[in-house]
Amino acid sequence: MEERGIERRQVLRGLGLGAAGLAAGPLLAACGEGSSGLSNSGGDGSKAALNVWYHQYGEAGTQQAVERYAKEYDKAAVKVQWTPGDYTSKLNSGLLSTSGPDVFESTPNIDQVKSGQIVPLDDIIADVKSDYTEADIKSSTVDGKIYMIKMVDDMGVLYYRKSLLAKAGIKPPTTIDELIAASKALNTKDQKGLFIGNDAGVTPAFGGGSLLGQILWSVGSDYLTADNKPGFTSAEAKQSFAKMRELFNSKSILLGSPTDWWDPSSFTQGLAAMQWCGLWAMPGIQKAVGDDFGVVPWPAFSASVGKPSTFAGGWGAMVSAKAKNVDAAKAYIKWLWIENVKNQEDFNLSYGFHVPPRKSLAAKASKLQSGPAADALKIFNDYAVAGNPAWTPKMNSAYADAATAIVRKGADIDASIATAEKAVNAELKRLYG
Amino acid sequence: MATTEVAAPPRGSRGRGRIGGVAPAFWLFVGPFLAGLVIFVYVPIIWSVILSFSRGQNTVTPGDWVGLDNYIDLLKPGPFLDSLVTFTVFAAFIVPLTFALALGLAMLLNRIRFMRTFFRSVFFLPTACSYVVASLVWKLSIFNGVRFGLANTVLGWFGVDNIAWLATTDPPWYWLVIVTVRLWLQLGFYMILFIAGLQRIPRDLYEAADVDGAGRGWQTFRYITFPQLRPTSVAVLLLLLINAYQAFDEFFNLLGNSSFARPPLVYLYYTAQGNQDYGHGTAGAVILALLIMIVTLAQGRIFGFGRAE
Repeated sequence: MEERGIERRQVLRGLGLGAAGLAAGPLLAACGEGSSGLSNSGGDGSKAALNVWYHQYGEAGTQQAVERYAKEYDKAAVKVQWTPGDYTSKLNSGLLSTSGPDVFESTPNIDQVKSGQIVPLDDIIADVKSDYTEADIKSSTVDGKIYMIKMVDDMGVLYYRKSLLAKAGIKPPTTIDELIAASKALNTKDQKGLFIGNDAGVTPAFGGGSLLGQILWSVGSDYLTADNKPGFTSAEAKQSFAKMRELFNSKSILLGSPTDWWDPSSFTQGLAAMQWCGLWAMPGIQKAVGDDFGVVPWPAFSASVGKPSTFAGGWGAMVSAKAKNVDAAKAYIKWLWIENVKNQEDFNLSYGFHVPPRKSLAAKASKLQSGPAADALKIFNDYAVAGNPAWTPKMNSAYADAATAIVRKGADIDASIATAEKAVNAELKRLYG
Repeated sequence: MATTEVAAPPRGSRGRGRIGGVAPAFWLFVGPFLAGLVIFVYVPIIWSVILSFSRGQNTVTPGDWVGLDNYIDLLKPGPFLDSLVTFTVFAAFIVPLTFALALGLAMLLNRIRFMRTFFRSVFFLPTACSYVVASLVWKLSIFNGVRFGLANTVLGWFGVDNIAWLATTDPPWYWLVIVTVRLWLQLGFYMILFIAGLQRIPRDLYEAADVDGAGRGWQTFRYITFPQLRPTSVAVLLLLLINAYQAFDEFFNLLGNSSFARPPLVYLYYTAQGNQDYGHGTAGAVILALLIMIVTLAQGRIFGFGRAE
């Protein structure tokens, strides 16, 4: 009987899955969605099959775009997995298993290298390395090897409604005190002064924690010092935290919005007069409010301390060490994110705005040459701070716990920072001895 | 944790000889279930216990043994113990509240003479709703922080300013959101348990009490209903407590990784899946499992749960 045969095969396959779980240990990974893994064995046997994972970009058309690129590639059968929601957790469990991604977007950290989860990509970038910014090379490099090919460079800017600032008679803020004053001045019953995220920019879940870096950069500090010591413990950093708390307590920032900081809706729908958001949102904002907006970087702490800042973020393509065909995975990344200038320009500038990582491409991208987009590009070139692969997720959790407690719960600054410092030092000791 | 036990085969009762002996029949029915239980419950638990003694950074393959270090780290004052405090606060709100309201509703619905099924269904329906869906409804439409949120609209009629429910820590309005969503979701289920319990109380007890002159309201409840409900009450209490220990969905969806209100499972989730620190993650899971077991056993001892009546 045909049906029974199928049933038995399914049962055997199920048992096999269990056995594979025992052998390789991806028990946690079994929780992931089932669209990868078992199903990719069929079809064209001559081509390598590649699973490529993306987080969900918010702008319409982005998913169709990456699916189109995948279809254009003829050397491998590329299957795109688009992940709404908690991409990081899904990726982390995917990387533990053989049914995870071959190619995925993320940014590297030292633990992924130490535990052999990712593959160096120096060979495919060697010829064009000088065409990437120093910041991108820094955030891609662990122990002298490059593990990520930047796909998009992202940055944050402080968007403000020109008309509202003019009406209140204020200028775009250049210091944190001016920012707090502006936020208060612009605050009305139904329109808050400033939106920096429903988490007040300090709690990294669902893309939150957008200001964890700026708090330090605005006073000239950083997560880690150049010689890998905790950099968030300086007196200036503590003052900066006190200011963030003052901003939170001013009752002038928008909290509990239906969308978060990375989505421009709160700004465009008049829930806040200013918003910290990504460059990616600029086309949407232009469409909604026309010319009635401008951008500035996150302000310096004061006229004498620190300087303006923004993050040099974004996403890069990486290869899992568990990929069934590492060479095919590398070849795909090389084809799409190094050589295929047309698709890179399309992905960086046709939907949301990103800075194309290839300097040669960024320089001639016409959409970034005028208006607020040009202002943003200048901010990026002057003030963007690169991520540091030595700053691991565990360190970030400890630091963010402190930031959340200080800013949102009013906890003692010295004690909270000391707790985080202890946790980060333990991590640094584990990694560097 | 899985408290389900494999039932002993019905020896020599009835149906003997139909499937050629009891043992094959036993394995036929129990085998698949047992296999599933072993593969998806016991193996992961044992795996976790083993992994909890290793570093487990960015890997779930045991190795790089660290002894009891993971456990010691977690039991020092820090985020894990804070999360247990969060749980305790949460349980202190949700357990008595659900218990009292479920019992009250059950007694009301047990009394009314019309539209009984309708009301029972209405109160039971939220149980069928997913925690994630309910959390999002609470977060995005009822308790959002802007003017068009339901709660803020209603308050607005009385001239009250918009409240950012989930972000306000002083006063801690987020507890209101967290507690109401769970209350709405689980109330109906416990109400049904209580209704079942109420219906098992023999009517003649009430008649006897009536004859003896017991007052209809409080006295009857105090001396007849409540004592007779004891097995149900203990079960409900136990289930509520275990559920509170395992709180995850609404905290995760409503508050993310907020260090000020993070129950144990949310902390462990971010430790394991976020930081890829599977050593500490599994050690925490083992501690939590042990805690639940101890509480369950202690409660069984004290209230006699599971003992023959």
